[in-house]
Amino acid sequence: MTGTGSIGRRLTLLLAGVAALLSVLSWGMVTMLARQAAERTQDNVLAASVTAIAETLRSEQGEVRLELPYSAFSMLGAIGEDRVFYTVTAGDRTLTGYADLPVPDGRGGPGRIVFATGTYRGEAIRIASVTRVVLAGTSPVPVTVTVAQTRDGVGTIAADLSQLAAILAVAFFVVAVGLSAIAARTSLRPLKELTAAVSRRGPSDLRPLRRAAPSELAPLMGALNRLMDRLNLSLRRSEDFIAEAAHRVRTPLATVRTQAEIALRSVTDDADKQRLRQMIRAVDESSRSAGQLLDHATVAFRADDLPRAPVDLADLAARTVAALEPTAAMKEIRLQLDAVPAQVSGDPVLLDSALRNVLDNAIKYSPEDTVVHLQVMSIAHEARIAVTDQGPGLGEGPARALTERFRRGSNTEGIVGSGLGLTIAEEVLRAHGGRLDLGAGERGKGTCVTLVLPSS
Amino acid sequence: MRYLLVEDNRELAEAVIGRLALDGHAVDHAGTLAEAEDCLAVATYDLILLDVMLPDGDGRDFLARSRASLETPVIVLTARAQVSDRVGALDQGADDYITKPFDFSELEARCRAVLRRRGGSARNQIALGAALFDPLAGTLSHGATSVDLRNREIRLLEVFARHPGQILSKGQLMDRLFSYDSDVTENAIEVYVGRLRRRIDGMGVRIETLRGLGYRMETDTA
Repeated sequence: MTGTGSIGRRLTLLLAGVAALLSVLSWGMVTMLARQAAERTQDNVLAASVTAIAETLRSEQGEVRLELPYSAFSMLGAIGEDRVFYTVTAGDRTLTGYADLPVPDGRGGPGRIVFATGTYRGEAIRIASVTRVVLAGTSPVPVTVTVAQTRDGVGTIAADLSQLAAILAVAFFVVAVGLSAIAARTSLRPLKELTAAVSRRGPSDLRPLRRAAPSELAPLMGALNRLMDRLNLSLRRSEDFIAEAAHRVRTPLATVRTQAEIALRSVTDDADKQRLRQMIRAVDESSRSAGQLLDHATVAFRADDLPRAPVDLADLAARTVAALEPTAAMKEIRLQLDAVPAQVSGDPVLLDSALRNVLDNAIKYSPEDTVVHLQVMSIAHEARIAVTDQGPGLGEGPARALTERFRRGSNTEGIVGSGLGLTIAEEVLRAHGGRLDLGAGERGKGTCVTLVLPSS
Repeated sequence: MRYLLVEDNRELAEAVIGRLALDGHAVDHAGTLAEAEDCLAVATYDLILLDVMLPDGDGRDFLARSRASLETPVIVLTARAQVSDRVGALDQGADDYITKPFDFSELEARCRAVLRRRGGSARNQIALGAALFDPLAGTLSHGATSVDLRNREIRLLEVFARHPGQILSKGQLMDRLFSYDSDVTENAIEVYVGRLRRRIDGMGVRIETLRGLGYRMETDTA
């Protein structure tokens, strides 16, 4: 699977990006508004100042006179440590102040305050100017009052506010990133829970998912459930198919066997009888192989996802012995069971299958008129069933190899078998965390097969 | 004993019926579940042999349906060999199962085991002269003495008991005593007849050897 990154990280980054953008925007807005507010304040003070000075303009003996009220300058001191410049001109003549102070054009007409921004002696200044018409003698003279102030104070105030805004923006950003991470995690939690619910399941648990999920996940859950439905159906179909196939193969085999038995009763020639016996044996062999192959498949399938239940090996052994007693009786073999309770945890169907295969082997390879001994024991942390027969033993070669598929002992000639019995038993035990021990019986005679399981 | 065989394969059914008839059992045959229900409505059986896959349904479903009202023991004949199928059959109330193809000796052995478990031996006793033979329990009693017979001795005595006064060849006896996959010679029959003779000694029953023909059981009529 190729990863396309994490949804959670992407969501967090997206939300953080939005937060960063908002932070920068709000910082810029606050900075701009702060500067505007500071400038407006300065303008208002400058306007009040020029107005105060202009109020003092009067005509005295044909001369324009004025006073510079203290308040006109003190109010300007309210804005930082800025320097103040002023000039009052009547026509082209400077009445007082800095003659070289730039005066904005009197576009506003008489009585209206005009503002301008300029440079004076190397410093940025804000200028307010008002023109009044004063009657000097008989002729009206336009008198312009101009007050200017450097802008350091405004800059400082704006910078202070901007810094504060920046701190707030950064704080907002940090909080927003944290919240986005939490939001991303919270909104992805149902997905995680769904994943956990699916991965907790065993391979054969194909029940549909039934859990509350947000509407965005509903299509995914629906799709998953449909997939599991289809899987379940095809699994059941293949099981049915195997069962049907077994039926189709075994029913005619049964007929062949039956006919051969009937024929065997009516023929008298020994050679013919021998041929019919071989035919029956071949039929038995193939039907037995088919059965054990299916069993083997079932064991492999169930062992993947072992259903566990408490099982008493003593009960299990008693049931299996009862089931195989008629088979043993046909050979006059006595099944002798000594059992103490031995609790294990496992799949009773598979455990029964394992013991049945081992016991079936013991009966098959035992001579007539003998005893097959089953002993159920509980030793330390292990529960055991030992099956001992009085047969010919395991023969030459390593005993371990007998649990390999289709491997049969060196001394099994003439006995129907598929070579899967011990393989099945061993696979069952291994799936349960146990093992199959093969050895000789008492005094080195016969075979002792021990099923070993961990006690529960 | 009266058996009901529910099996759709005609050849197999005929062979089973023929074989069971040899042991003196009466067998009714039903090819479908519907026929089986008709049979059960009018007759009482000692044992039902039930195939799993039938043209009109699954034998196990039939078993699950009728188990509550059915006292008769059931042995399921199945071509399905999977462990889960076998366990399933027993869960649904079958007394035993046997997988096809089966050995007739094994079918007989399983029938006998199920009948014995269900305690159906009382009505099945056979009088052999003054002795009483119970083939299910495997006992032969005469007055106060009673002997327990072993499996092959029981079957051998049962064959003789079902065919009183008839001559039975070694070949016939072998068919009943041994499954076909075992390599036994006719000498084995002599061994078992010898053993049985010792067991029934003094019970008022004798097995005579007819040289070249076989054996015949005689009872003391006195």
